[in-house]
Amino acid sequence: MLSAGIDIGSRSIECAVLENGKIRETRKADTGFDPAGQAKQLIKGLEFDVILATGYGRNLFEIEHDAPTITEIKAHARGAFYFFPGILTVLDIGGQDSKVMKLSESGKVIKFEMNDRCAAGTGKFLEIMAKTLGFTIENFGNAAGAAKKDLKISSMCTVFAESEVTSLVAKGENTKEIARGLHTAVVKRAVSMLNRVSPEGPVVFTGGVANNPFIIDLLSQISKREIFVPDKPEMNGAVGAALLAMEN
Amino acid sequence: MKQDLFKKLQQITDQNIADIEDHKKSGNHAIGFYCLYAPTELAAAADAIPLPLCGTRQDPIEVAEQTLPRNLCPLIKSSFGFAAAGTCPFFSFSDMIVADTTCDGKKKMFEIMSDIKPVHVLQLPQQQNFDLFLDSWKNEIENLKTVIENMTGKKITNEKISGAIRLLNLERKAKKRLMDVTKAKPSPLTGMELLTILFKTGFFADKQKGIDLMNEIADVCNALADKGESPFHTNTPRILLTGVPTGVGSDKVVKILEESGANVVAFENCSGYKQAFQVDETKDPVLALAEQYLAIPCSVMSPNQGRFDLLEEMIREFSVDGVVDLTWQACHTYNVEAYKIQDFVNERFNLPYLHIETDYSESDTEQLRVRIEAFLEMI
Ligand code: SF4
Ligand code: SF4
Repeated sequence: MLSAGIDIGSRSIECAVLENGKIRETRKADTGFDPAGQAKQLIKGLEFDVILATGYGRNLFEIEHDAPTITEIKAHARGAFYFFPGILTVLDIGGQDSKVMKLSESGKVIKFEMNDRCAAGTGKFLEIMAKTLGFTIENFGNAAGAAKKDLKISSMCTVFAESEVTSLVAKGENTKEIARGLHTAVVKRAVSMLNRVSPEGPVVFTGGVANNPFIIDLLSQISKREIFVPDKPEMNGAVGAALLAMEN
Repeated sequence: MKQDLFKKLQQITDQNIADIEDHKKSGNHAIGFYCLYAPTELAAAADAIPLPLCGTRQDPIEVAEQTLPRNLCPLIKSSFGFAAAGTCPFFSFSDMIVADTTCDGKKKMFEIMSDIKPVHVLQLPQQQNFDLFLDSWKNEIENLKTVIENMTGKKITNEKISGAIRLLNLERKAKKRLMDVTKAKPSPLTGMELLTILFKTGFFADKQKGIDLMNEIADVCNALADKGESPFHTNTPRILLTGVPTGVGSDKVVKILEESGANVVAFENCSGYKQAFQVDETKDPVLALAEQYLAIPCSVMSPNQGRFDLLEEMIREFSVDGVVDLTWQACHTYNVEAYKIQDFVNERFNLPYLHIETDYSESDTEQLRVRIEAFLEMI
């Protein structure tokens, strides 16, 4: 059986097709201004028997394709449990939100928390800060990793942090150290959410931000927990959705 | 059948404004109340209509923010905005306002509100230790009695208070009966319907009309439940809502829950089951009022064991599948208490729990929807 999952997030859309539970194909596109149109483009020519949608655009997809939907919380939990069976804690940092889920031994979500309204500590936050400091998002983590020390960043609000960073740059501070400070701030915030929801044991880290190796390092240092990251961590939600499509 | 009742409710609600006007024209008074701790019996005992005041809508908040800080509880801003803009008919009808020191934001807001209308503030103890605080609270009630006597020019005798206690006990009994119809599985009423009925009947000038109507609705709903008629199924998730007061206009969480396939069967908050108490009719009436009102389990009390007891009772009696705890933005007492409530719900009942912090605006509706749907997926 071919089952597909599509994760329509605020920044990007991912799609995964599984053949009898094994990943066969994955695709990715930017969300842009027309999530429904982009999603349609992305699945063009794709072969599947069942499809299920998740992410903030899931309802648009549901209407157009008459597909079942599931929240990204459940999809990410399912995906993480697929890559690392038995895992009890999942941290997902995506484009515009971050969340932590605590799972039962059978992989059911039993507790979760999500950031609210603002983009503090998410992929979007890092993206804006990278730009402010003149780095590309791809080498932002490496630049930060090359710094010897942190420059403390006190604000996590995207708008305030940007002006804080601008004034640090104006004072002639080292941009790598600022970058490192920003990374530390994001990770500390994630760790406090992590510890509130599920304070012990190894963590599966998913979402686009999990592609940043320096964040992973910091996360394991600061949380003092073992961190597992799946291949293509941004695909986790789509894979979870595809599994749920099959199991539905 | 249910539709007819809602039509009737609407008619009586329309008629109600005229009733209040008539009552006032014949030389009687109306007194506005903000909080459950204020004993409305004292108003009724002076032939004054006790009016619960509005504070559950978004629209007056803009006006309020010209005076009050933006990062304040929306309930406080909304209450003040209605007063400042003069858009709440019940506020306009009120000859005086009975306020309370239930939280710092309200307490300080009332100082500003007193420029608009006479406000009498009850100094509420923050602990339910009767040995320490019952006397001072009883004093507050006696003072309020004098204030109302002076304003209305009517003597409030013990007989009058006892009569008012009996009447309002009947009202609370009817309210409880009505709230209990959702114990049926599936429940004959949606949470939104229950909320609307409770909200509208609260404003009735003629208490007896409200009592009769609530009893009538309860009868009809119980008959529907007996026949198994319901907008829901036996497997529809049954949700208990706890936390801050929620009314028509500040109902977005209830709406999203029911749009997402759940049924809010129980309201533990002040607009709901916290009102289901009875004042002792055999004791000295002022003492009985003092005791019963002080026992209300609001998060301003520290500690607040009563809320846990009430939750325990309700979770069992309403066969609840999950608990949603609502906090208005900047309400510290409910926000902090959520930590213990979560533990209690998770550990004691092994039920899913969701804490939501929000305001009256629609700006976070989609994010709330994700959270609420994910919460329902846990059930
Ligand atoms: S929540 Fe507390 S302060 Fe607010 S109405 Fe209820 S009893 Fe009064
Ligand atoms: S919800 Fe909290 S902050 Fe708002 S009025 Fe009630 S007690 Fe005060």
